[in-house]
Amino acid sequence: MFDGPEPLYVQIAQMIRSQVLAGELAEDEQVMSTTQFATTFRINPATAAKAFAGLVDEGVLYKRRGLGMFVAPGARQRLLEHDRTAYFDDVLAPALAQAAVLGISDDEIVDHIRHRSTTTEES
Amino acid sequence: MTAPAPFGARLDDVVVRFGRQRRVTRDGGTYREDASTALDGANLTVRPGTITGVLGRNGAGKTTMLSLLAAYRCPTSGRVAVGPEGDADSWEDPWENPWVTANVQLVSEGGGVQDDEKLRETLRYYADLRPHWDADTAERLLDLFEISTRKKPNALSRGKRSAVGAVLGLASRAPLTIFDEVYLGMDAPTRYAFYDEILADYAAHPRTILLSSHLVEEVERLFEDVVVLDRGRVLLAETAEEMARRGFSLTGPTMAVERLAGDRKVLHRQQLGGTVQVTLEGAPDDGTRAAAREAGVELGHLPLQDLFVRLTDPAAHRATVAGRDADASRGAGR
Repeated sequence: MFDGPEPLYVQIAQMIRSQVLAGELAEDEQVMSTTQFATTFRINPATAAKAFAGLVDEGVLYKRRGLGMFVAPGARQRLLEHDRTAYFDDVLAPALAQAAVLGISDDEIVDHIRHRSTTTEES
Repeated sequence: MTAPAPFGARLDDVVVRFGRQRRVTRDGGTYREDASTALDGANLTVRPGTITGVLGRNGAGKTTMLSLLAAYRCPTSGRVAVGPEGDADSWEDPWENPWVTANVQLVSEGGGVQDDEKLRETLRYYADLRPHWDADTAERLLDLFEISTRKKPNALSRGKRSAVGAVLGLASRAPLTIFDEVYLGMDAPTRYAFYDEILADYAAHPRTILLSSHLVEEVERLFEDVVVLDRGRVLLAETAEEMARRGFSLTGPTMAVERLAGDRKVLHRQQLGGTVQVTLEGAPDDGTRAAAREAGVELGHLPLQDLFVRLTDPAAHRATVAGRDADASRGAGR
């Protein structure tokens, strides 16, 4: 868990974002407290708190005094919009670059996608 | 009793020498000789309310430094100061200072217990000694670690003795709690239970915890701050996050990796056929990240363990001996 190249708090924030995106954490649902998070993943509570503070600044989470952290209304939609834009740069661009290295033409890729979507529709 | 403020600690140019003795020369004169220097001008501030890791190779001065804070030892020269968060000017010298010693709990390797009395006696002693002692926590933890208070500590195994130390440190609720290699002899499940209890107790009862360990990989994520001692000096004292930005690795095709590495300082290089892994100094910027992704080069973080090994490598020490003074004073400047 959390063994990527980014700082630990960045990876924690990313995990929460993914959970919101996937709908595992619903809007206005309470997320784990920093203490629960720290003891569950065996990390320093300050590291967890830093990740959560960043998510509050981004508007993914909000704080209810004395109660804890909750998923902000509209957080999923905002993350979706952001990640849809980022998808082309971060995910598709390297895949296309690799395809160029392998000599796979754009037509082949488009055919593959068309074929794939028709077979998924049939099944 | 209200919860005490966490304690901080400061070392100013602290020197500790052992085995100072008088020798006779051949012509009958005498001279004094310092047999060994455990701390050689250590400067450090321990931030109140943090879990701080203390790392160092064997003989680097970890135990000596931690003993100073608990007044088990007094410095040959220099100043040690310990006291509550918020007012660093009021911090006091721990030596023969009942107020400081009552609030600092040092758990050292297998120490601090009455060996030939039942464990219950040791617990009673700590209940009197520590103003914030929590008997319920002690009982719960002894249960967790499966230790009977009817046993005498010298009848316990190495791992169980260490677990007793863990219980004493946690239940003391001391504003400065120090665990000096308390994991010794503990099996893996017990160590993980110990780490979990540290985190849970720290979260519920904020205080300053110093933890020295050679099992760097196991404990690095517990730390907010890290101190690295080397040859009696403080080599580094910074947040774990700052420490993580001191290096990263690139793995991929030699050409691409070399291009990305540019003129960054290479800490380590490993060649596997056409693939190379280099460890570079510093943190990757966004440009490097993007370029690495594009070139199919894998970016990795430098584990604290590897950084520690490199920092305290004797060969590196010889190479950088001239620059060490500057580094040490910068490291202690926080």
